[in-house]
Amino acid sequence: MIKKLKISNKNQEFLAKVEELSGEIITKCDQCGICSGSCPMVPEMDITPSQMMRMVQLGESEVMESKAMWLCASCFACTVRCPRGLDLSRVAEALRQMKLRKAIDHIDIKKLPEDEMERLPQIALISGMRKFTG
Amino acid sequence: MKVPYYPGCTLKTKAKNFETSALAVAKKLGIELIELPRWNCCGTVYSLTDDDLIHHVAPIRNLIRVQEMNKNGLVENDHRLVTLCSMCFNTLKRSNIRVLENSDDLKKINDFMYLEEDYEGNVEVIHFLELIKDIGFEKIRENVTNPLEGLKIAPYYGCMLLRPKEVGIDDPEEPVIQAELLSALGAEVIDNPYKKVCCGSYQTIQDKQVVSNLAYDILMRAKDAGAEAITLSCPLCMFNLDSRQKEIKEEHPYFNEIPVFYFTQLMAIGFGLNEDSYGLDLNYVNPESLLLEKNLIRRNNAK
Amino acid sequence: MKKDSRVRIGVYVCHCGGNISEVVDVEEVREFAGLQQDVVLSKDNTHMCSDIGQQLIINDIEEHKLDKVVVAACSPQFQGETFMDALEKAGLSPYVVQMANIREQCAWPHYDNPELATGKAKILLRAAIAKVRFSEPLEKQTMPIGKRVLVIGGGIAGIQASLDLGDAGFEVYLVEKEPSIGGHMAQLSRTFPTEDCSACILSPKMADVPSNKNINLLTYTEINNIEGYIGNFKVNAIKKPRYVDMDKCVACGDCEEVCPVCIPDEFEEGLTTHPAIYTPFDFAVPHRNLIDAEACINLQSNLNACGNCIQACKEDAINFEDEPEEIEFLVDTIIVATGFDIFDPSEKKVYGYDKFENVLTALEMERIIVKAAEGNPIRDLGKRIGFIQCVGSRDEQVGREYCSRVCCMYATKLASLLKHSDSKRDIYIFYTDLRAFGKGFEEYYKRAQNMGVKFVRGRVAEVFGNSNNKKVTLKVEDTLTRQIIESEFDTVVLSVGLGLSKSTDKIAELLRLAKSEDGFLKEAHPKFKPVDTNVAGVFLAGTVQGPKDIPDTVAQAGAASSRAIRLMNQGEYPIEPIVAFVHEEQCDGCELCIESCPLDAISVSAEVAEINEALCLGCGSCIASCPRDALDLHLYTNKQLLEEIKNALEGKKEGESRVLVFADDTCTYRLADSVGTAKLSYTTDSIIIRVPSGSRITPKLMLTAFELGADGIFIGDCEDRTSPFPHSGQVIRENVAKVREILEEEGIKPERLKFVQFVTIMLKGFVNNMNELVDFTKKTGPIPQKKRGKLVKGINKKLFGEVYDKKT
Repeated sequence: MIKKLKISNKNQEFLAKVEELSGEIITKCDQCGICSGSCPMVPEMDITPSQMMRMVQLGESEVMESKAMWLCASCFACTVRCPRGLDLSRVAEALRQMKLRKAIDHIDIKKLPEDEMERLPQIALISGMRKFTG
Repeated sequence: MKVPYYPGCTLKTKAKNFETSALAVAKKLGIELIELPRWNCCGTVYSLTDDDLIHHVAPIRNLIRVQEMNKNGLVENDHRLVTLCSMCFNTLKRSNIRVLENSDDLKKINDFMYLEEDYEGNVEVIHFLELIKDIGFEKIRENVTNPLEGLKIAPYYGCMLLRPKEVGIDDPEEPVIQAELLSALGAEVIDNPYKKVCCGSYQTIQDKQVVSNLAYDILMRAKDAGAEAITLSCPLCMFNLDSRQKEIKEEHPYFNEIPVFYFTQLMAIGFGLNEDSYGLDLNYVNPESLLLEKNLIRRNNAK
Repeated sequence: MKKDSRVRIGVYVCHCGGNISEVVDVEEVREFAGLQQDVVLSKDNTHMCSDIGQQLIINDIEEHKLDKVVVAACSPQFQGETFMDALEKAGLSPYVVQMANIREQCAWPHYDNPELATGKAKILLRAAIAKVRFSEPLEKQTMPIGKRVLVIGGGIAGIQASLDLGDAGFEVYLVEKEPSIGGHMAQLSRTFPTEDCSACILSPKMADVPSNKNINLLTYTEINNIEGYIGNFKVNAIKKPRYVDMDKCVACGDCEEVCPVCIPDEFEEGLTTHPAIYTPFDFAVPHRNLIDAEACINLQSNLNACGNCIQACKEDAINFEDEPEEIEFLVDTIIVATGFDIFDPSEKKVYGYDKFENVLTALEMERIIVKAAEGNPIRDLGKRIGFIQCVGSRDEQVGREYCSRVCCMYATKLASLLKHSDSKRDIYIFYTDLRAFGKGFEEYYKRAQNMGVKFVRGRVAEVFGNSNNKKVTLKVEDTLTRQIIESEFDTVVLSVGLGLSKSTDKIAELLRLAKSEDGFLKEAHPKFKPVDTNVAGVFLAGTVQGPKDIPDTVAQAGAASSRAIRLMNQGEYPIEPIVAFVHEEQCDGCELCIESCPLDAISVSAEVAEINEALCLGCGSCIASCPRDALDLHLYTNKQLLEEIKNALEGKKEGESRVLVFADDTCTYRLADSVGTAKLSYTTDSIIIRVPSGSRITPKLMLTAFELGADGIFIGDCEDRTSPFPHSGQVIRENVAKVREILEEEGIKPERLKFVQFVTIMLKGFVNNMNELVDFTKKTGPIPQKKRGKLVKGINKKLFGEVYDKKT
């Protein structure tokens, strides 16, 4: 189904919030798509990184319901290639934080299977908890 | 020479072989890696929001330990901090850059840690590979008694060693530092265009399928290019590319496992060091058969 | 009316058709002016700039023997020339008229306060009278200029300019560093949007050059040095040895057949080779052979190794004794047309230019297409071809943010040509924006789409090699469908951007030409002077000024020659009398000033400083460097500024705050006018004083201003990158720092001195800055007179320290 977008003040507020938290000027993105082409996680995502930027630009807060921002591995491949000098990893982090700081965790560590808990090295658990829990 | 050394949590347990081989190799090169006293976890990831100062406290605290080491005479006028784990390297270096560029933030952190001495901003965070490069690959060559001839290796870097640009130890698109090292060890270096693609990192706790798909791509690329083994420098990459081959095999039954090494393990083998120093038992995919085939180790590891 | 005194000033206050008189009480101001010393008459008029107004001045000058005039009206940047012309008509120097800006900088911004506006108008008028009182009746000066031009660069821009100038009867020296003229245009296959054969349209132009009797063609020649200035440029060039006699060689090719050496052919972008003795290309002008000295084994071995060509040449044209030749000549003007280099794609490692054989640059593709059309194909391109746009353009990661303007079109052209020659080809152009802005461009783009060329909107992230075949894989997001395309291509073409040619740097340094932010040479004014430069007599043409296509290049070449002709046709050129000069009796030859001039316009001989007026731009930076106050600036002399400042500060009431604003002519004064024109209101407690550059205001003047009653000083200047004066920003910063230090020592808040660099569109910025400073001075309170008095005491020692003592 094709979506209809109606712009209201809330859109501008959402954009401003994300810009403030990430420290990036998101309107600078000209949607070239290099970030999506560079992202290793893009095959698993529901929206592409450039699409995520687009939604933030237009202030569509539904972007926070996407799987994409949780799939970001903070690998900075997009960051070193963005021709406008933007750091997408910060934008993804800002979106995650906007959820996590409302005490909405993305994963429940307690639900990890036991064999996984045995195998996983600390570095994986700590970094995972830093990114997925508040 | 004595250099301050930061191990990080995983290197003491699940990745002990990384540390053991590194210490042994360093010793052979005349470097004593002096472990940071009272070090704490670096936090693994660098906080990417602008307002999140608290997450930089832990990394900076480690840098203060380097200052203390110098004052206590544990090292003599060496303000470098060597790390092995790429993730620790990236986080420590980035936090360092953050406070050096924002004196207000540094002051806040120093004030917050009122029980510690102030961080003065003199520490330089470097990765072990940079230390080796400084010493010179010629010196590496001189120490090789058991050249890795015939071993086709694809070096893998992942993300934390190379990006972002101000942190990276080499060119983010075409890094060569591991290739130079492996050549010096006598190995045949295979170039893999996926050498800089992230292994999936912490996604491994959320969705192991995603990581195993990614690992499959990375490893297949290397194999297609002719690689027989992979080297890397991070316990998380090791887990995703080595241990997760179990999940890859479940999805792709005809997948032939490929051994993954910490680069220091191969250095230890190349230097002809004792098997205890490079501990192959912690590697999930057993590399023994490959190494035996290439005559790099003896059966039962008696050398 | 006053009795006869040495100076006789006439004052005219304009109503400006109501613009001024609706706010300012013109009658009151006129009366006030009439009471000032040396003012012989004071009149008002509804429109001073009209014929009637001007005639009034001219008549009064004759009748009342006026020798100086003040016109209180609009901005001098608006009608200043009108009144200067009027004075000339009346037989006076055009430099003894001063305008008081009571419209843009008084009536208009202070429309909301007529009383205060009238008070301010009086102050401005008094200051103008004080300034004109000490004005010098300078003559309009000129220097002679001849009809000789140097054109550097023999590409299409240089060729066109040379032909225009040669045809117009001017003597041209066309210097080209390659062995043939033609530049990059000679390498192209077809040109967009007409698909004309590039070589076919260029050849006749190239042939016209040597046959034009006014053009001295110097190929294979490089500029070694240029000294001097407009009307007097001394050029030293080195002609490189060809080792082939140009008069005897007929380019028959016999020598090439026997030469044992093979080197990459630069004209063919290294795709083919040629022998060490070669013709540059088949329509080269001059069409003669030459020997590549580094490749020739005979030349490299002291003539011991070979000699095949000598044997083969029936014309006896080979000359291994050839030597470089030094050529010197004088010219009056210079046109720089040194062109572009393409972006080196090795810098963008992700695209694999160095790794993969089938990743090409667009220029290589041009040669491949030409060769194929000639029937000598040098490469099999395969069926699926991908174009990557914006390589080395619009990319902060490689430090090239600008758009290269021509790549969208040339890629469309190459794609079209490739489709023409094989319609089964599957061609994709991967773009971010498709820029088809010019005449016929959109239509051409549509035709390419009609032919089946596919345009995909996405910037290619990476090019991978395949392990099992020679093809390459492109990875890119199609942003319009949000799909990731990862597919094999037989050939990939990198649409590389244009950049300033490397060889231009030396020319730019020699001539002191400025560069724009994008790295190309900078034009004097982006709108009104697109081919002039910051150096008098030097013009730009072609891609040296910025990326552009052939029609724009030819147009610019015509423009540059026209500007040069206009200058040279007058036989003389005016020197702006805003130049520095030396009070010789005060100068002791200490040489401190020499370093301070970024244009090397000061020299010292016989213990006295000398200014080269042709080089001096009149920024005034040197003045602050002189401990003896020996340096000064015409039209803005120390005495004039001092009087202006004094009069601007007189009549302060108790508790009143007054801020002096030194506004540079290029940016800040213009900005202040814009603010007034936009009727943006700001405080009346600021008086604007016009200066050629903020660097004119020396620390001594600043401190004197504080001493005389200024509560705050504001210096406005251009941003560093837009300033017409090199280093003025730096000089001002240094001056301001020195004064702030002294203020602090005397317990005066250094924030009273403000320096802001403006862009001429920062209207609100100007208003805010003005208001903020005045508010600050009001809040902080007045400076005690005692402290004021201390500021200038021992000022020379404070500013110059030991140097002053040593030289006393």
